[in-house]
Order: sequence, then C-alpha cells, then structure tokens
Amino acid sequence: MLLCYLLVASAVEAQSSLARELAPLERLQVENHIYADGQGLPVGSGTAQQGLTLYANLCASCHGNRGQGGSALELVGDRALLDSEFPDRGIAVYWPYAPTLYEYVRRSMPPDKPYSLSVDEVYSVVAFLLQINGLLADAEITVDKKFLSRLEMPNKNGFITSDR
Amino acid sequence: MSDGNDYNRRKFIKNAALGAALASGASKLSADETPASVIPDSWKKPGSPFSNYGQPRTDRSSPIRWISNNQVVPGDGVSWSPLHELEGTITPNGLHFERHHNGVPDIDASQWELKIAGLTQRALGFSLDVLRRFPMRSKVAFIECGGNSNAIYRRNPVQAACGYIHGLVSCAEWTGVSLGRLLEEAGVQRSGKWVIVDSLDAAGVTISLPIEKAMDDVIVALYQNGEPLRSEHGYPARLLVPGWEGIVNIKWLGSITVSDRPVMSKFDTVSYTDLHANGIAERFSFEMKVKSVITSPSPGQTLKGTGFQEISGLAWTGNGMISRVEVSTDGGASWREAALQEPVLNKALTRFRLPWSWENTNAVLQSRAYDQSGNVQPTRAMLLKQKGSNAYYHNNAITSWAVAETGAVSHVYV
Ligand code: HEC
Repeated sequence: MLLCYLLVASAVEAQSSLARELAPLERLQVENHIYADGQGLPVGSGTAQQGLTLYANLCASCHGNRGQGGSALELVGDRALLDSEFPDRGIAVYWPYAPTLYEYVRRSMPPDKPYSLSVDEVYSVVAFLLQINGLLADAEITVDKKFLSRLEMPNKNGFITSDR
Repeated sequence: MSDGNDYNRRKFIKNAALGAALASGASKLSADETPASVIPDSWKKPGSPFSNYGQPRTDRSSPIRWISNNQVVPGDGVSWSPLHELEGTITPNGLHFERHHNGVPDIDASQWELKIAGLTQRALGFSLDVLRRFPMRSKVAFIECGGNSNAIYRRNPVQAACGYIHGLVSCAEWTGVSLGRLLEEAGVQRSGKWVIVDSLDAAGVTISLPIEKAMDDVIVALYQNGEPLRSEHGYPARLLVPGWEGIVNIKWLGSITVSDRPVMSKFDTVSYTDLHANGIAERFSFEMKVKSVITSPSPGQTLKGTGFQEISGLAWTGNGMISRVEVSTDGGASWREAALQEPVLNKALTRFRLPWSWENTNAVLQSRAYDQSGNVQPTRAMLLKQKGSNAYYHNNAITSWAVAETGAVSHVYV
C-alpha cells in the first residue's frame, strides 16, 4: 500500500504535473493579498470627509451612525474595558493593523455587495472609520497605502502568539 | 410462473408458519385463523417506492439543526448539530453544524480550480478531475467551531438542549488529497513558512496556517461520509485541518498562497483570537482542547422511571486520542470511569457510556475527559480563572446537568 503510494508519487514528480501551470497574471491574482505591513495595498486614496457620506449611505444602517448601536458588530468602543467582563471590540480597541481594515472592508462589506466599492471609496470609508475611532488628527488627512502602512494601532502589542 | 408452482409455494409458506407456531407453543392459531387486529398494517399493503436520494422522515421527531443567524444578514450565523438527538459518533451530513459568515456560495465545479502559488517552484491549478487522480485518503475527524460552548462563559447557565449549547462540533469521515502532496507538487521554497488560504465565499474569509501543519495531516477534502461535499460544507473542496478550530477548515477552497509570514487577516487577528483577563489576546490558538459533554440524559429530557439509565456522551481532543472519560453523578464529588466505545480515533469524536441507576433523587451529572498527553478537561471555575470571564472562544469546561426528583434535566453551574 505504502509502496504503491510512493510509486505513484515519484512517477508524478518525474513528469510534468497533472495540474495546470498558472499564467503569470493568474498567479498575481492568487497572490493579491494585503499584508499587515501594507504590502499589497493598491494605489489610491481617500479622506474621512469623503468617507462620511459613503458610511452614512452604506454602513450606518447596520453599524450605527458612529460605529455603535447597530445590529452588527460595534466598530467603536472603549479601550479601557478590554480587561473587564464585557470588553468592547472596536477598531481602535482591538485591531492590531490598519491595512487589515482595508482588506476586510474591500472583500466583505457591505454584506449584500462585497467588492462593490472602488479603491478610493474603500480608502475613504476606512479613513472615516479611523476618524470615529480617534485615530485621525483631522478629516482632511489623505489616507492611502503609505498612511495605513505607517499608522501605529493602539492595540498593536495587545497580542501573544499561542504555543498551540 | 405457473399456477402449480405458486400453489406449492403458498402451501410451503403456510406449513412453515404452522410449524413455527406449534414449535413455539405460543399460539394454537393457524396462520389462516390469526385475528386481523394483530396483523401490522405494513404487512397488508406495498410500501413506498424507491428514491434517488433518501430523505429523513419529515415528522416532528426527526432531528433538525437549529439556526441562529443575524436578522439583517441572514447568511451570517450558525446552525447547530442536535447532539442530544444523535447517537454513535458520525454526524449525518445534513446535521453537521454550519458556520457561515455570508451565506453558502454556489460554485460551478466545471470552472473551478484549486490554485496554489506564492513561494513555490511553480504555480498550479488543480481541477476537480485532476485532484481525483491523486492518491486519496480518508480520515474520521471532528470539526469544532472556536466559539462552540461559549454560553458557558455567561454568568448564568443557559437553558437549552445540549446541541444548542455544544453543537458547533460534528464528526465525519472526510476523503480527499493530502495538502502536503499538492504543496510538494508545486514545490515549496525554503522561505515558505505559512500558507494563506482563501475561501470563495462572499465574506472574504482568509486565514493563515503554519507550513508544518499544512505539510502534516491536512486534507483537501472532496467527500464527506462517502458522498461529494454538500454546498453548505464547502463544495467542491474544503480543508480538513484535524484537531484545529473550525475557521481554518476553509470551505469553498479557492487558493493557497505559500508565504514567509501570516497575512494577518481579520480572521487571524480580530475574530477567533482569545482575549484574556489582563486584556492581552492570544492569536493563532488553533488547537481545540480536550473536552466532553453528556448527551443523554441532557437538558430538555426527562428521565422516564427509576432504575437503569445509561449515561452517554461525546469526548474529543485536538491533541490526539481520548484516553479516559470519568463521569460524576454528584456534581464532581466522586467519579467513575466510563467505557469508551470502539473505535477510539485520533482527533475524532469518541462515545462514552456508563450504566447508572436513578432512584428519584437529585443528581448533578458531569463528564471529565483526558487525552493521551495527559491533559484534563478543566472545571468551569478553573477555566474562568485561567482565561477570565471576558473570553469568548475555546471553552472546554466541564458541563453540569442537574437531574431533579421529577426526572427533569436542566443546565446548572456548580
Ligand atoms: C446589512 C448590514 C451591514 C452593512 C450595511 C454593513 N455591515 Fe459591516 N458587518 C455586518 C456584519 C453582520 C458583520 C459581522 C460579519 C461576520 O460575522 O463575519 C460586519 C462586520 C464588519 C466589520 C468587522 C467588525 C469586527 O470587529 O469583526 C467591519 C470593519 C465592518 N463590518 C465595516 C463595514 C463597513 C465599512 C460598511 C459599509 C461599507 C459595512 N460594514 C456595512 C453587517 C453590515
């Protein structure tokens, strides 16, 4: 049984693969991830000012006007409650990396139309989320790849990696 | 068939029936004299026709999953396995728990490929036909959602049936191709330390797995309990990551990217991380810890009569095999060892049983599981002390069911 498996396996290895080799563009599409350090963030930008209307139209119905009190998870919370019995899970409270926020909104929100926002729209909504979380000095700041890559999130060091 | 043959056959049957009746001495009636009332109805008319795919009975006693979902986003939620209505260790496919973040996608398998890229010698696309040409293997394994049993963190015991507290765990025989074999086919570069796994769902579910695990016992599963995956369980392919929390067992598998670091998706860093009492959270806490629960008797059930009862339940661990399960009927004051039903399998649900005699008295039933590495299931108090009451995931505490003098069973904390 084992021998048989090894024979099949080595036969496969010697030849070209049964699988199809991906074209360079397909390969890029697969590898198109946005990492915690901002690698993969697209070219484009937005401001919280621009994000305000988008958020009001596309997000507030579930997440509340300013990230609280809706039917969906709260996006703004109180960091002081993190070690309490009922901790908040807002963006500034919990999220360790800002690029993750871009990635998540791009792929998952709003739930009835994921992937419907343009690059600039995602940057704008993310800028607004950062603003209501107290992470932007003012609403005119340009939020782009450089900005998100450098933004130090308050809970960045709030994690340990499990020894599993 | 000739009339003569038919006559002989009927005569033979009649004589045989007569012989049986006489031999047993139970009845002096001949077959012809049996009163109509003792002939079951099903003997008197042909049954239903064949079916292309068997369906469960539709009467109310047939077990179902209960659904808890977001009212505004109905595809975000769970459905629970009714553990309290099931026996043995294998969960029927239609009752295997579900956790979807934005519905069940409909994937066209003829257009589908599993794509492997990143830090590999070559980037490959595996169609379903190609995957089926690779050597297959089967593994019986449980999958448990990291958030299973989180009601046990609450201040007061939730009164619900066992499956609606603990039923985000199920067990099936999964068949498919070793992920390690497919990664070898692509050729993992030395710098490849993680794999980033993308689902094709509308929730953007993406997770990172350490390469050691990906090369070890992970299966790209195409079949569940012998049949092709159902849509809700990830058709055309899903990952089976034995012993590790549900979220990493990615359904509707799209692509796998070999990387030098985790991607730190929302599912790596925000959801499914374990916040501890000091406000620090643990991430990549993949392994599901040793755990057990009594499925019978359990809340909502009422013991029917005194005397013999079987206490029966399920035990499992992400750490290998269950080595021992103890049962208490007095809230943890004393323990007896339960019998483990064979086969006891690695990272699979294990059924335990213990005979018990109930005499109309109050009792508190608990089960406590041990795994082969010597890990023991903690009490609720111990778990809360260790994790803090602000935790949400990975609750493997001992559960307590109280039996009242009336025989009614309820959920209690002791
Ligand atoms: C129809 C309701 C709905 C709308 C509209 C909506 N969301 Fe959400 N959102 C949800 C739900 C439900 C979740 C939780 C999803 C899950 O369980 O995986 C969520 C999760 C999130 C999260 C992650 C929160 C966390 O802590 O895990 C972010 C960030 C977010 N939404 C941002 C947005 C933005 C930005 C918009 C507008 C572009 C938006 N949402 C529109 C329902 C909605």
